[in-house]
Amino acid sequence: MNEKVDVLIIGSGASGAAVAWSLAETKMRILCLEQGEWMKQSDYPSNGRDYEARVFSDYATSPNIRKRPSDYPINDDNSPIKVVNFNAVGGSTVMYTAHYPRLHPSDFRVRTLDGVADDWPIDYATLEPFFAENDRMTGVSGLAGDPAYPSHEPPMPPLPLGKTGAKIGKTMNQLGWHWWPSDSAIATTEYDGRAPCINLGHCTPACAQGAKASTDITYWPHAIRAGVELRTNCRVRQILTGPDGMATGVVYYDVNGTEQFQPAEVVIMACNGVGTPRLLLNSTSARFPNGLANSSGLLGKNLMFHPWAHVSGYVDEPMDGHRGPPLCLWSQEFYETDPNRGFVRGFNFQFNRTMGIGTEAMNAEANGLLPWGEAHHDTFRAMVGHRMSVGICTEDLPEEHNRVTLDPVLKDRHGIPAPRIDYTISENTNRMLDFAIERGREILAAANARQVHSVRPVVYGGWHLLGTARMGNDPERSVVNSWGRSHDVKNLFIVDGSIFVTSGGVNPTCTIQALALYIADAMKQRLATLFD
Amino acid sequence: MTDQPLTDAEQDDLRCLAGMIIPASTKYDVPGADDPIIYADIVSSLGHEGGSVRTALATLRSLADGPFAGLDQSRRTEVAAKLRADGGVPLGVLTRIVILCYYRDERVMLSLGLEPRAPFPKGHVVEQGDWSLLDAVRVRKPFWRRP
Repeated sequence: MNEKVDVLIIGSGASGAAVAWSLAETKMRILCLEQGEWMKQSDYPSNGRDYEARVFSDYATSPNIRKRPSDYPINDDNSPIKVVNFNAVGGSTVMYTAHYPRLHPSDFRVRTLDGVADDWPIDYATLEPFFAENDRMTGVSGLAGDPAYPSHEPPMPPLPLGKTGAKIGKTMNQLGWHWWPSDSAIATTEYDGRAPCINLGHCTPACAQGAKASTDITYWPHAIRAGVELRTNCRVRQILTGPDGMATGVVYYDVNGTEQFQPAEVVIMACNGVGTPRLLLNSTSARFPNGLANSSGLLGKNLMFHPWAHVSGYVDEPMDGHRGPPLCLWSQEFYETDPNRGFVRGFNFQFNRTMGIGTEAMNAEANGLLPWGEAHHDTFRAMVGHRMSVGICTEDLPEEHNRVTLDPVLKDRHGIPAPRIDYTISENTNRMLDFAIERGREILAAANARQVHSVRPVVYGGWHLLGTARMGNDPERSVVNSWGRSHDVKNLFIVDGSIFVTSGGVNPTCTIQALALYIADAMKQRLATLFD
Repeated sequence: MTDQPLTDAEQDDLRCLAGMIIPASTKYDVPGADDPIIYADIVSSLGHEGGSVRTALATLRSLADGPFAGLDQSRRTEVAAKLRADGGVPLGVLTRIVILCYYRDERVMLSLGLEPRAPFPKGHVVEQGDWSLLDAVRVRKPFWRRP
């Protein structure tokens, strides 16, 4: 029998690490159960010549392709966008590109401003101190003064513009459109024991240099030094509740596959917008027959992805190519609602440097731009190092039919029912994609790019898993309250992206972590009355 | 299709097709994807995707009404064009493996002016670029929407 802990956190990724670190100062006994293991930087793909190929095997973004022992399968056949994630200490921060924008103030007031979806029960000002604290803990590079955002000052200077950034900047100036160096969770100087970026050019499938801020090298060393226990290779099957309806602990499988019970005073979910509803839906009982924390019936519903598109072309000037982090610049020119565009809300342009030479050739082939035969060489040599790419991240509004449920057949290696995704891209988002792709084409036309082509949606683009356990003040319309506590089970908290009310139109990791810090702070403020 | 090793006949067809996708070039002094070293890399890289590659090769054989490698040049070109049009996802897997193995070959990388090495630990240099370009944006008034 495991000893009872004060706080049990499930999941060690973006939010689990942040909440663990923040709560550590209470000196409570805190345990985190993580289904994956510690990763080794020496194993990361960019250590080897086969680094590009490993994106299709042990570092594939989809768990259905990767199939590591730490992964669980996801039935996403009924979705045009596939779920991508990573399961290890650090979670998907091990495998993300580290684009680190904050949600904007308007994102928290969508109903008030645009008459759609719902307002959040908190606002940007509430999160502002936690954004700043998270920037400091994570180590964010960027440049103060962006007119698209309230003032904030990233702790490190921005990533270099390079040839690519300069070309994009010139082009955007020509159009009179906003652009700015992206806030990036990549160290540009020595920072908190991390080495600065050396432009490996292969950030997403884990950073061998350790410059990219994954929580295994940011929050976790601090949390562990402060006394938090992190137990790896432990997959939670179910949260149990007592006669009073409070959570009593969890059943999990340890590294040997042995079933264990871990009692706890407080349970915190940090398993992302798919893993959290999966586990709560699997935690049924006589008192909670539809899953835990689901009296609203909204658990698993309102899944939001951020449908992505890309527009690319080839310019005469040499670009950075595979050199440097893909991250470079963003544009928020079309972020806020303009009713004349035929849709509400907006999107963020993410301008990236391009990829390794093999990936560039592979993508050109997949887009039908490379001939077979002798002409392959001339054609590709004219392309390589000259691609200019515009990424489009659109806001996805919540719709209840977009959801996570339990698959009736598919199970993980422990026999736990796997999640099933049912998702369609909304009409509003489709109109937004039409508009955004046209603007992307305008950018490439202004850059005198040739062979312009677009991809829509990016199929393996389901990075951002949001909205499936939304926060709110009304227990009939939300799963957790305004500080992350379940309306139904008063010692159960959720701190991951599933509590987003709306998605915004930017990458969410920064906001997920600020939310986790905010919830941890709210818990600390209420320790004596936490369950009232 | 299973992930069993390719048969000799499948290997003959794969090598022939790889050489048609990316042939050797005297102009650039590079081998084709059917070069022995590159081809060996392709075969050893099939891994869990061997089944997809075998599916693509089965389609190729079906289009060729027999061994693809045994066809004359003009018929091979015709069949390869049909495969490219109809090969679907399995062909996408095959071409991806061929391309990724080709472009990590030392001779090919050198001919493109690239160092044949892993990105880490040496990394790359990226110039800072002209930050004065941002002056045009710095003067813009804040335009984020106030709730």
